[in-house]
Amino acid sequence: MKHQYLKNVTTLKLNTNACTGCERCIEVCPHQVFALKNGKSEIINKDSCMECGACAKNCPFMAIEVRPGVGCAAAVISGWLKGDEPSCDCSDGCGSGGCC
Amino acid sequence: MEKGSCASKPIMEYRKEGNWIDGNIETTAGKVQQVQTQLTIVDTVGAWKVRWGINRMNYKINPGIYAVGSPDDTSPVLVTANYKLTFDALRRELTGLKVWILVLDTEGVNVWCAAAKGTFGTKEIVTRISKTKLTRIVSHRTLILPQLGAPGISAHEVLKQTGFKVVYGPVNAKDIKGFIQNGMKATAEMRIVKFNTYDRLVLTPMELVPTIKITLMIFGILFLLNLMGLGPFGLIDFYAYIGALFIGCVLTPVLLPWIPGRAFAWKGWLLGLLWAVVVNILNGWPQMTSYNIVEALGYLLILPSISGFFAMNFTGASTYTSISGVLKEMKIAVPAITISIGLGIIFMLISGFIQI
Repeated sequence: MKHQYLKNVTTLKLNTNACTGCERCIEVCPHQVFALKNGKSEIINKDSCMECGACAKNCPFMAIEVRPGVGCAAAVISGWLKGDEPSCDCSDGCGSGGCC
Repeated sequence: MEKGSCASKPIMEYRKEGNWIDGNIETTAGKVQQVQTQLTIVDTVGAWKVRWGINRMNYKINPGIYAVGSPDDTSPVLVTANYKLTFDALRRELTGLKVWILVLDTEGVNVWCAAAKGTFGTKEIVTRISKTKLTRIVSHRTLILPQLGAPGISAHEVLKQTGFKVVYGPVNAKDIKGFIQNGMKATAEMRIVKFNTYDRLVLTPMELVPTIKITLMIFGILFLLNLMGLGPFGLIDFYAYIGALFIGCVLTPVLLPWIPGRAFAWKGWLLGLLWAVVVNILNGWPQMTSYNIVEALGYLLILPSISGFFAMNFTGASTYTSISGVLKEMKIAVPAITISIGLGIIFMLISGFIQI
Protein backbone atom coordinates (compact mmCIF):
# COMPACT_ATOMS: atom_id res chain seq x y z
CA MET A 1 0.00 0.00 0.00
CA LYS A 2 1.42 3.39 -0.95
CA HIS A 3 2.07 5.88 1.82
CA GLN A 4 0.63 9.32 1.27
CA TYR A 5 1.31 12.39 3.34
CA LEU A 6 -0.37 15.82 3.33
CA LYS A 7 -1.24 17.39 -0.01
CA ASN A 8 -0.15 20.78 -1.39
CA VAL A 9 2.52 21.48 1.18
CA THR A 10 5.88 21.07 -0.53
CA THR A 11 8.16 24.05 -1.26
CA LEU A 12 9.54 22.30 -4.36
CA LYS A 13 9.92 24.45 -7.49
CA LEU A 14 11.40 23.56 -10.86
CA ASN A 15 12.58 26.14 -13.36
CA THR A 16 12.13 24.35 -16.66
CA ASN A 17 14.03 27.05 -18.54
CA ALA A 18 17.24 26.24 -16.67
CA CYS A 19 16.75 22.47 -17.01
CA THR A 20 18.95 20.66 -19.53
CA GLY A 21 17.38 17.24 -19.08
CA CYS A 22 20.46 15.67 -17.47
CA GLU A 23 18.14 13.47 -15.37
CA ARG A 24 20.14 13.85 -12.14
CA CYS A 25 16.97 14.81 -10.22
CA ILE A 26 15.18 11.73 -11.53
CA GLU A 27 18.13 9.62 -10.39
CA VAL A 28 18.32 10.97 -6.82
CA CYS A 29 14.65 11.48 -5.94
CA PRO A 30 13.54 8.79 -3.46
CA HIS A 31 9.86 9.23 -4.33
CA GLN A 32 9.74 9.46 -8.13
CA VAL A 33 8.59 13.09 -8.14
CA PHE A 34 10.24 13.87 -11.50
CA ALA A 35 10.02 12.42 -14.99
CA LEU A 36 11.62 13.36 -18.28
CA LYS A 37 9.18 14.87 -20.77
CA ASN A 38 10.26 16.33 -24.10
CA GLY A 39 13.90 16.33 -23.05
CA LYS A 40 13.30 18.20 -19.82
CA SER A 41 12.49 17.30 -16.26
CA GLU A 42 8.95 17.75 -15.09
CA ILE A 43 7.30 17.46 -11.69
CA ILE A 44 4.78 14.67 -12.08
CA ASN A 45 4.16 13.74 -8.48
CA LYS A 46 4.39 16.86 -6.36
CA ASP A 47 2.60 15.55 -3.27
CA SER A 48 5.13 12.74 -2.89
CA CYS A 49 7.94 15.23 -2.29
CA MET A 50 9.44 14.92 1.20
CA GLU A 51 11.72 17.95 0.81
CA CYS A 52 14.94 16.00 1.34
CA GLY A 53 16.71 18.41 -1.00
CA ALA A 54 18.61 15.79 -2.99
CA CYS A 55 17.37 17.11 -6.35
CA ALA A 56 18.26 20.74 -5.68
CA LYS A 57 21.66 19.85 -4.27
CA ASN A 58 22.54 17.64 -7.22
CA CYS A 59 21.20 19.87 -10.00
CA PRO A 60 24.27 21.32 -11.74
CA PHE A 61 22.15 24.06 -13.33
CA MET A 62 20.37 25.25 -10.19
CA ALA A 63 17.02 24.67 -11.81
CA ILE A 64 15.43 23.29 -8.65
CA GLU A 65 14.49 25.09 -5.49
CA VAL A 66 13.24 23.50 -2.29
CA ARG A 67 13.48 24.36 1.38
CA PRO A 68 15.01 21.15 2.66
CA GLY A 69 14.38 19.78 6.12
CA VAL A 70 13.65 16.68 8.12
CA GLY A 71 9.97 15.83 8.42
CA CYS A 72 10.25 15.06 12.10
CA ALA A 73 7.86 16.36 14.74
CA ALA A 74 10.30 15.59 17.55
CA ALA A 75 12.92 17.74 15.82
CA VAL A 76 10.41 20.59 15.51
CA ILE A 77 9.49 20.35 19.19
CA SER A 78 13.14 20.26 20.22
CA GLY A 79 13.66 23.33 18.02
CA TRP A 80 10.81 25.12 19.79
CA LEU A 81 12.19 24.26 23.22
CA LYS A 82 15.67 25.45 22.32
CA GLY A 83 14.45 28.42 20.30
CA ASP A 84 16.21 27.04 17.22
CA GLU A 85 15.33 25.85 13.78
CA PRO A 86 14.09 22.24 13.75
CA SER A 87 17.16 20.08 13.83
CA CYS A 88 17.67 16.36 13.58
CA ASP A 89 19.58 15.96 16.81
CA CYS A 90 18.39 12.70 18.30
CA SER A 91 22.10 12.04 18.66
CA ASP A 92 22.25 14.46 21.59
CA GLY A 93 20.19 11.97 23.54
CA CYS A 94 17.18 14.25 23.68
CA GLY A 95 15.31 10.99 23.66
CA SER A 96 12.86 11.30 20.86
CA GLY A 97 12.12 9.24 17.84
CA GLY A 98 13.99 6.48 16.09
CA CYS A 99 14.92 8.45 13.02
CA CYS A 100 18.67 8.35 13.11
CA MET B 1 53.02 -5.83 -3.91
CA GLU B 2 56.26 -7.32 -2.59
CA LYS B 3 56.97 -7.75 1.05
CA GLY B 4 59.25 -5.18 2.59
CA SER B 5 58.24 -2.44 0.22
CA CYS B 6 57.55 1.01 1.52
CA ALA B 7 53.82 0.40 1.18
CA SER B 8 53.48 -2.09 4.02
CA LYS B 9 52.28 0.55 6.50
CA PRO B 10 48.56 0.69 6.95
CA ILE B 11 46.89 3.64 5.23
CA MET B 12 44.94 4.50 8.33
CA GLU B 13 44.63 3.37 11.90
CA TYR B 14 42.10 0.60 12.11
CA ARG B 15 40.27 -0.24 15.27
CA LYS B 16 41.75 -3.51 16.44
CA GLU B 17 38.77 -5.10 18.13
CA GLY B 18 36.73 -5.48 14.93
CA ASN B 19 35.77 -9.16 14.81
CA TRP B 20 34.77 -8.71 11.18
CA ILE B 21 38.30 -8.22 9.85
CA ASP B 22 39.68 -11.06 7.72
CA GLY B 23 43.19 -9.83 7.05
CA ASN B 24 45.13 -7.22 5.12
CA ILE B 25 45.68 -6.46 1.49
CA GLU B 26 48.67 -4.57 0.13
CA THR B 27 48.13 -1.62 -2.15
CA THR B 28 50.50 0.93 -3.63
CA ALA B 29 49.29 3.35 -0.96
CA GLY B 30 49.64 0.99 2.02
CA LYS B 31 47.87 -1.84 3.82
CA VAL B 32 44.08 -2.02 3.75
CA GLN B 33 42.00 -4.24 6.01
CA GLN B 34 39.77 -6.86 4.43
CA VAL B 35 36.29 -7.28 5.85
CA GLN B 36 34.20 -10.42 6.16
CA THR B 37 30.89 -10.55 4.37
CA GLN B 38 29.28 -13.00 6.78
CA LEU B 39 27.66 -11.48 9.84
CA THR B 40 28.25 -13.27 13.14
CA ILE B 41 26.25 -13.52 16.33
CA VAL B 42 28.21 -10.52 17.67
CA ASP B 43 26.85 -8.38 14.83
CA THR B 44 23.32 -9.68 15.34
CA VAL B 45 23.39 -8.93 19.07
CA GLY B 46 24.87 -5.50 18.33
CA ALA B 47 22.07 -4.75 15.89
CA TRP B 48 19.43 -5.89 18.37
CA LYS B 49 20.91 -3.67 21.07
CA VAL B 50 20.90 -0.48 19.00
CA ARG B 51 17.34 -1.15 17.88
CA TRP B 52 16.48 -0.94 21.58
CA GLY B 53 18.57 2.16 22.08
CA ILE B 54 21.49 0.55 23.92
CA ASN B 55 24.77 2.32 23.11
CA ARG B 56 23.04 3.45 19.93
CA MET B 57 24.97 6.66 19.37
CA ASN B 58 28.32 4.95 19.75
CA TYR B 59 27.86 2.01 17.37
CA LYS B 60 30.43 3.04 14.84
CA ILE B 61 33.53 1.90 13.01
CA ASN B 62 36.63 3.78 11.97
CA PRO B 63 36.07 5.83 8.85
CA GLY B 64 38.46 5.09 5.99
CA ILE B 65 39.05 2.51 3.29
CA TYR B 66 38.30 -1.21 3.51
CA ALA B 67 38.57 -4.09 1.05
CA VAL B 68 36.10 -6.85 0.24
CA GLY B 69 37.80 -9.89 -1.30
CA SER B 70 40.97 -9.00 -3.18
CA PRO B 71 40.11 -5.89 -5.14
CA ASP B 72 42.60 -4.24 -7.51
CA ASP B 73 42.94 -0.76 -8.97
CA THR B 74 40.02 -1.33 -11.33
CA SER B 75 37.56 -2.50 -8.65
CA PRO B 76 34.52 -0.37 -7.85
CA VAL B 77 34.49 1.93 -4.81
CA LEU B 78 31.36 1.89 -2.66
CA VAL B 79 30.82 4.81 -0.29
CA THR B 80 28.95 4.37 3.00
CA ALA B 81 28.46 5.70 6.54
CA ASN B 82 30.33 4.62 9.67
CA TYR B 83 27.22 3.51 11.59
CA LYS B 84 28.00 -0.16 12.16
CA LEU B 85 24.41 -1.19 11.44
CA THR B 86 24.73 0.48 8.01
CA PHE B 87 28.19 -1.00 7.37
CA ASP B 88 26.93 -4.49 8.28
CA ALA B 89 23.88 -4.13 6.02
CA LEU B 90 26.26 -3.32 3.17
CA ARG B 91 29.03 -5.89 3.69
CA ARG B 92 26.64 -8.80 4.11
CA GLU B 93 25.49 -8.20 0.52
CA LEU B 94 29.00 -8.23 -0.96
CA THR B 95 29.90 -11.93 -0.78
CA GLY B 96 31.93 -12.93 -3.82
CA LEU B 97 32.53 -9.37 -4.98
CA LYS B 98 35.85 -7.55 -5.17
CA VAL B 99 35.25 -3.98 -4.11
CA TRP B 100 36.60 -1.15 -2.02
CA ILE B 101 34.47 0.42 0.67
CA LEU B 102 35.07 4.07 1.49
CA VAL B 103 33.56 4.71 4.93
CA LEU B 104 32.78 8.35 5.67
CA ASP B 105 32.79 9.78 9.18
CA THR B 106 29.09 10.33 9.79
CA GLU B 107 29.52 10.16 13.57
CA GLY B 108 27.81 6.80 13.72
CA VAL B 109 24.64 7.92 11.93
CA ASN B 110 23.06 6.12 8.96
CA VAL B 111 23.41 7.41 5.40
CA TRP B 112 20.03 9.09 4.98
CA CYS B 113 19.98 10.92 8.31
CA ALA B 114 23.65 11.83 7.98
CA ALA B 115 22.94 13.24 4.52
CA ALA B 116 20.19 15.41 6.05
CA LYS B 117 22.63 16.61 8.71
CA GLY B 118 25.36 17.16 6.14
CA THR B 119 27.89 14.80 7.74
CA PHE B 120 27.44 12.46 4.79
CA GLY B 121 28.42 15.38 2.59
CA THR B 122 30.56 16.77 -0.18
CA LYS B 123 33.20 18.11 2.20
CA GLU B 124 33.58 14.80 4.05
CA ILE B 125 33.92 12.85 0.79
CA VAL B 126 36.61 15.22 -0.46
CA THR B 127 38.52 14.92 2.83
CA ARG B 128 38.15 11.15 3.03
CA ILE B 129 39.36 10.63 -0.55
CA SER B 130 42.53 12.49 0.26
CA LYS B 131 43.07 10.89 3.68
CA THR B 132 42.75 7.36 2.29
CA LYS B 133 44.98 8.15 -0.74
CA LEU B 134 42.19 6.74 -2.89
CA THR B 135 43.70 8.14 -6.07
CA ARG B 136 46.68 5.81 -5.53
CA ILE B 137 44.55 2.78 -4.74
CA VAL B 138 42.32 2.88 -7.80
CA SER B 139 43.15 3.95 -11.33
CA HIS B 140 39.55 4.77 -12.27
CA ARG B 141 37.66 7.84 -11.06
CA THR B 142 34.18 6.64 -10.18
CA LEU B 143 32.45 6.44 -6.80
CA ILE B 144 29.28 4.50 -6.14
CA LEU B 145 27.16 6.29 -3.54
CA PRO B 146 23.96 5.06 -1.96
CA GLN B 147 21.06 6.95 -3.50
CA LEU B 148 19.89 8.08 -0.07
CA GLY B 149 23.20 9.90 0.42
CA ALA B 150 22.17 12.36 -2.31
CA PRO B 151 20.58 14.99 0.01
CA GLY B 152 24.04 15.64 1.45
CA ILE B 153 26.09 15.51 -1.74
CA SER B 154 26.56 17.71 -4.77
CA ALA B 155 27.76 15.21 -7.33
CA HIS B 156 29.03 17.94 -9.65
CA GLU B 157 30.97 19.53 -6.77
CA VAL B 158 32.64 16.22 -5.91
CA LEU B 159 33.68 15.87 -9.55
CA LYS B 160 35.04 19.40 -9.64
CA GLN B 161 37.00 19.07 -6.41
CA THR B 162 38.33 15.50 -6.69
CA GLY B 163 37.97 14.33 -10.27
CA PHE B 164 35.73 11.47 -9.08
CA LYS B 165 32.46 10.97 -10.88
CA VAL B 166 29.56 10.15 -8.56
CA VAL B 167 27.19 7.38 -9.57
CA TYR B 168 24.16 6.96 -7.32
CA GLY B 169 23.53 3.32 -6.62
CA PRO B 170 20.40 1.61 -5.36
CA VAL B 171 18.47 2.59 -2.22
CA ASN B 172 18.99 -0.84 -0.65
CA ALA B 173 22.30 -2.64 -0.18
CA LYS B 174 20.69 -5.89 -1.31
CA ASP B 175 20.53 -4.49 -4.86
CA ILE B 176 24.24 -3.61 -5.04
CA LYS B 177 25.23 -6.84 -6.77
CA GLY B 178 22.52 -6.45 -9.38
CA PHE B 179 23.48 -2.81 -9.83
CA ILE B 180 27.15 -3.61 -10.51
CA GLN B 181 26.29 -6.54 -12.78
CA ASN B 182 23.87 -4.27 -14.62
CA GLY B 183 26.77 -2.01 -15.65
CA MET B 184 26.21 0.40 -12.73
CA LYS B 185 22.67 1.18 -13.73
CA ALA B 186 19.89 1.17 -11.15
CA THR B 187 16.54 -0.09 -12.32
CA ALA B 188 13.45 1.96 -11.46
CA GLU B 189 12.63 -0.63 -8.82
CA MET B 190 16.02 -0.12 -7.13
CA ARG B 191 15.33 3.61 -6.76
CA ILE B 192 12.11 3.25 -4.78
CA VAL B 193 12.11 3.79 -1.02
CA LYS B 194 9.87 1.21 0.57
CA PHE B 195 8.52 1.40 4.08
CA ASN B 196 6.83 -1.92 4.61
CA THR B 197 5.34 -3.35 7.79
CA TYR B 198 8.57 -4.97 8.91
CA ASP B 199 10.57 -1.78 8.23
CA ARG B 200 8.16 0.09 10.49
CA LEU B 201 8.04 -2.59 13.17
CA VAL B 202 11.81 -2.63 13.75
CA LEU B 203 11.70 1.11 14.43
CA THR B 204 9.03 0.92 17.13
CA PRO B 205 11.30 -0.06 20.06
CA MET B 206 13.06 3.27 19.61
CA GLU B 207 9.66 4.96 19.81
CA LEU B 208 8.90 3.22 23.10
CA VAL B 209 12.26 3.40 24.88
CA PRO B 210 12.50 7.21 25.02
CA THR B 211 9.02 7.40 26.57
CA ILE B 212 10.06 5.48 29.69
CA LYS B 213 11.29 8.62 31.44
CA ILE B 214 8.10 10.62 30.86
CA THR B 215 5.97 7.59 31.71
CA LEU B 216 7.67 7.21 35.08
CA MET B 217 7.20 10.93 35.69
CA ILE B 218 3.47 10.69 34.97
CA PHE B 219 3.10 7.70 37.30
CA GLY B 220 5.03 9.63 39.94
CA ILE B 221 2.67 12.59 39.69
CA LEU B 222 -0.41 10.34 39.85
CA PHE B 223 1.06 8.65 42.91
CA LEU B 224 1.63 12.03 44.58
CA LEU B 225 -1.93 13.10 43.76
CA ASN B 226 -3.15 9.89 45.36
CA LEU B 227 -1.11 10.67 48.46
CA MET B 228 -2.55 14.18 48.55
CA GLY B 229 -6.02 12.70 48.43
CA LEU B 230 -6.76 14.17 44.99
CA GLY B 231 -6.89 10.67 43.41
CA PRO B 232 -7.79 7.99 43.46
CA PHE B 233 -5.79 6.85 40.46
CA GLY B 234 -5.57 3.13 40.11
CA LEU B 235 -5.10 0.14 37.90
CA ILE B 236 -7.52 1.44 35.26
CA ASP B 237 -5.50 4.60 34.75
CA PHE B 238 -2.34 2.53 34.56
CA TYR B 239 -3.48 0.21 31.78
CA ALA B 240 -5.39 2.99 30.02
CA TYR B 241 -2.20 5.05 29.74
CA ILE B 242 0.04 2.12 28.79
CA GLY B 243 -2.48 1.14 26.09
CA ALA B 244 -2.61 4.67 24.67
CA LEU B 245 1.19 4.81 24.65
CA PHE B 246 1.45 1.45 22.91
CA ILE B 247 -1.10 2.55 20.30
CA GLY B 248 0.87 5.72 19.53
CA CYS B 249 4.34 4.17 19.51
CA VAL B 250 3.74 0.71 18.06
CA LEU B 251 0.25 0.02 16.72
CA THR B 252 -0.15 3.22 14.68
CA PRO B 253 3.30 2.86 13.03
CA VAL B 254 2.60 -0.78 12.20
CA LEU B 255 -0.91 -0.13 10.80
CA LEU B 256 0.11 3.21 9.27
CA PRO B 257 -1.03 2.87 5.64
CA TRP B 258 -4.33 1.24 6.57
CA ILE B 259 -5.53 3.87 9.04
CA PRO B 260 -7.73 6.44 7.27
CA GLY B 261 -6.37 9.98 6.89
CA ARG B 262 -2.92 11.37 6.20
CA ALA B 263 -1.68 13.24 9.26
CA PHE B 264 0.16 10.99 11.73
CA ALA B 265 -1.35 12.67 14.82
CA TRP B 266 -4.81 12.10 13.35
CA LYS B 267 -4.12 8.41 12.70
CA GLY B 268 -2.91 7.94 16.27
CA TRP B 269 -5.83 9.93 17.68
CA LEU B 270 -8.32 7.78 15.79
CA LEU B 271 -6.95 4.50 17.17
CA GLY B 272 -6.64 6.14 20.59
CA LEU B 273 -10.32 7.06 20.47
CA LEU B 274 -11.24 3.41 19.91
CA TRP B 275 -9.03 2.54 22.87
CA ALA B 276 -10.73 5.16 25.08
CA VAL B 277 -14.11 3.62 24.25
CA VAL B 278 -12.76 0.17 25.13
CA VAL B 279 -11.40 1.48 28.43
CA ASN B 280 -14.75 3.03 29.29
CA ILE B 281 -16.60 -0.18 28.48
CA LEU B 282 -14.17 -2.17 30.65
CA ASN B 283 -14.80 0.47 33.29
CA GLY B 284 -18.49 -0.44 33.35
CA TRP B 285 -19.99 1.92 30.79
CA PRO B 286 -22.81 2.53 30.73
CA GLN B 287 -24.69 0.02 32.88
CA MET B 288 -22.87 -0.11 36.16
CA THR B 289 -23.67 2.39 38.88
CA SER B 290 -20.03 2.96 39.64
CA TYR B 291 -19.72 4.41 36.18
CA ASN B 292 -18.82 8.04 36.26
CA ILE B 293 -19.62 10.19 33.23
CA VAL B 294 -17.04 12.86 34.13
CA GLU B 295 -14.30 10.27 34.38
CA ALA B 296 -15.36 8.71 31.07
CA LEU B 297 -15.13 12.09 29.39
CA GLY B 298 -11.70 12.50 30.91
CA TYR B 299 -10.52 9.25 29.27
CA LEU B 300 -12.05 10.28 25.94
CA LEU B 301 -10.14 13.56 26.06
CA ILE B 302 -6.81 12.26 27.35
CA LEU B 303 -6.18 8.82 25.81
CA PRO B 304 -6.61 9.68 22.09
CA SER B 305 -4.43 12.75 22.59
CA ILE B 306 -1.64 10.68 24.11
CA SER B 307 -1.79 8.23 21.18
CA GLY B 308 -1.92 11.11 18.70
CA PHE B 309 1.10 12.79 20.20
CA PHE B 310 3.29 9.69 20.10
CA ALA B 311 2.07 8.79 16.61
CA MET B 312 3.02 12.32 15.49
CA ASN B 313 6.56 11.69 16.68
CA PHE B 314 6.81 8.75 14.29
CA THR B 315 6.96 11.27 11.41
CA GLY B 316 10.71 11.46 12.06
CA ALA B 317 11.19 7.74 11.62
CA SER B 318 9.03 7.54 8.51
CA THR B 319 10.47 7.76 5.01
CA TYR B 320 8.00 10.08 3.32
CA THR B 321 7.06 13.07 5.51
CA SER B 322 8.17 16.58 4.56
CA ILE B 323 9.00 19.32 7.02
CA SER B 324 6.31 21.57 5.49
CA GLY B 325 3.75 18.81 6.03
CA VAL B 326 4.88 18.14 9.59
CA LEU B 327 4.68 21.84 10.46
CA LYS B 328 1.17 22.03 8.99
CA GLU B 329 0.09 18.96 10.94
CA MET B 330 1.61 20.26 14.17
CA LYS B 331 -0.02 23.67 13.88
CA ILE B 332 -3.35 21.95 14.47
CA ALA B 333 -2.30 18.88 16.45
CA VAL B 334 -0.16 20.45 19.15
CA PRO B 335 -2.72 23.01 20.42
CA ALA B 336 -5.53 20.44 20.09
CA ILE B 337 -3.59 17.83 22.07
CA THR B 338 -2.60 20.34 24.76
CA ILE B 339 -6.14 21.64 25.26
CA SER B 340 -7.63 18.17 25.17
CA ILE B 341 -5.23 16.75 27.75
CA GLY B 342 -5.60 19.84 29.94
CA LEU B 343 -9.39 19.57 29.92
CA GLY B 344 -9.18 15.82 30.47
CA ILE B 345 -7.01 16.26 33.55
CA ILE B 346 -9.50 18.77 34.99
CA PHE B 347 -12.31 16.25 34.38
CA MET B 348 -10.32 13.47 36.04
CA LEU B 349 -9.63 15.63 39.08
CA ILE B 350 -13.32 16.62 39.33
CA SER B 351 -14.32 12.98 39.07
CA GLY B 352 -11.85 12.23 41.87
CA PHE B 353 -13.56 14.82 44.06
CA ILE B 354 -17.03 13.42 43.24
CA GLN B 355 -15.94 9.96 44.32
CA ILE B 356 -14.49 11.31 47.55
